[in-house]
Amino acid sequence: MARSPILRAIAWLWFAASIAALVVGFRQAIFLAPTEATMGNLQRIFYYHVSHAILGLLWPYINLAASLAYLYWRRRDPLKALSADALAVASAEVTVLYAGICLASGMLWGKPAWGIWWAWDARLTTELILWLLYVSYLLLRRFSPTGQTGVLSAVLAVFAGIDVPIVFMSIRWWRTQHPAPVFGGGADSGIDPAMMPAFLWNLGGWAMFGIFLIGFRFALERRRQLAEQDAALIALEASLETPQ
Amino acid sequence: MRYLRYVLDHLQKDLRLEWRSRDSINGMLFFVLLVVVVFSIAFDPAGYPTVTRQIAGGILWVGLLFASMTALNQSWNREQRNQVLEAQRMAPSPASALFLGKVLANMIFVLLVEAVLAPIFVVFFNLHVLGNAWLLALILPLGTWALVVKGTFFAAFALRARNRELLLPLIFLPLSIPAVLMMVQATTGVLTAELDPIQIRTWITQLAGFDIIYTTAGILFFETILNAE
Repeated sequence: MARSPILRAIAWLWFAASIAALVVGFRQAIFLAPTEATMGNLQRIFYYHVSHAILGLLWPYINLAASLAYLYWRRRDPLKALSADALAVASAEVTVLYAGICLASGMLWGKPAWGIWWAWDARLTTELILWLLYVSYLLLRRFSPTGQTGVLSAVLAVFAGIDVPIVFMSIRWWRTQHPAPVFGGGADSGIDPAMMPAFLWNLGGWAMFGIFLIGFRFALERRRQLAEQDAALIALEASLETPQ
Repeated sequence: MRYLRYVLDHLQKDLRLEWRSRDSINGMLFFVLLVVVVFSIAFDPAGYPTVTRQIAGGILWVGLLFASMTALNQSWNREQRNQVLEAQRMAPSPASALFLGKVLANMIFVLLVEAVLAPIFVVFFNLHVLGNAWLLALILPLGTWALVVKGTFFAAFALRARNRELLLPLIFLPLSIPAVLMMVQATTGVLTAELDPIQIRTWITQLAGFDIIYTTAGILFFETILNAE
């Protein structure tokens, strides 16, 4: 990848903008948003928790699209396929990060609000399984034999993409048979309009930050791929030299 | 028709190989037996018949899940000796026929294990089925197919991996969670007769849908996996 100064400047600007959005979001969430009626200040974790939950469900689609693109380009255009692979890794790692933060902040919220750290509620279970799936994707990348990592992980990503809606439906069906545990809140029409700016600033800020992370990780992975190619080329050239 | 013959050829080959050694069936049988014994000791089923009925479905499927995993890890080993796998890759027959043949063979092995172990399971757990026991004849094959089709597919992932035994459960278990949920719910519903028959039917339908989706995906992607590099 060309290390063009323009691209680098855009990346830094983007990073600065996302930090600025997060600062505004923090101010909105902690100081400006009205205190919630029943839960008090505790509810402020909502702005972080729900943003991460929504985005954690969004990044897997990037992973799925990149994996499909990889499988499509694998034979037709190997160089493009490598970029798709890099994008797939980057988005999978950020998915694990965001889903993990969502789970952790949800537990921190659940303990004081419900009195328990964890409930096998539909949404919690789905999010946990999503997290497990993408951790297994990253482990496959680590464990799979060199040279096959791209193909195997892309196929696993497609299977995970098929799995997510099935998980969602089956767990919903499973949990709606039993009285569901208390689950207040939600990003729907339920929240006060005065809370909306805090929520949107945080959602936007974390989305920008996630995109920055994916871009950064993508560039890193591309460099690793290029370094690998260079090393392979040098080894190949060395083997062609006739011994003096 | 020709495709079917390829599948049957692969199936026949796998059955013959298994008949000669009987490794995976014996291994699985003893493994599930051990799981049943260990769980019986851990949960004391004789003392609490109601609780036993509620957890028996889960225990049965967890045992079968782990047992089939041990066998699935072995099932591709046969293809690796003497570069059989490379020959398979060069063969003109479609790769998915190899996959389907292997799935069918594994399915037969696991079903045999189930047929032997179901009575032992009932005896050890003092099970008295309250629901419509015939439904189990539908749930068991459907659930087994869900495990076997996915497990065979992902076992092929680990073919050339360094730590093959570790890799299969790591990628197979997270993806199988919905299937496990469906089969355990359906089985427990039949055993305890606490679930509405309509709900049991929905679980069975979901399981069948799951089977169809993953069989299709496996057939579509197997060639990519076999020729991955």
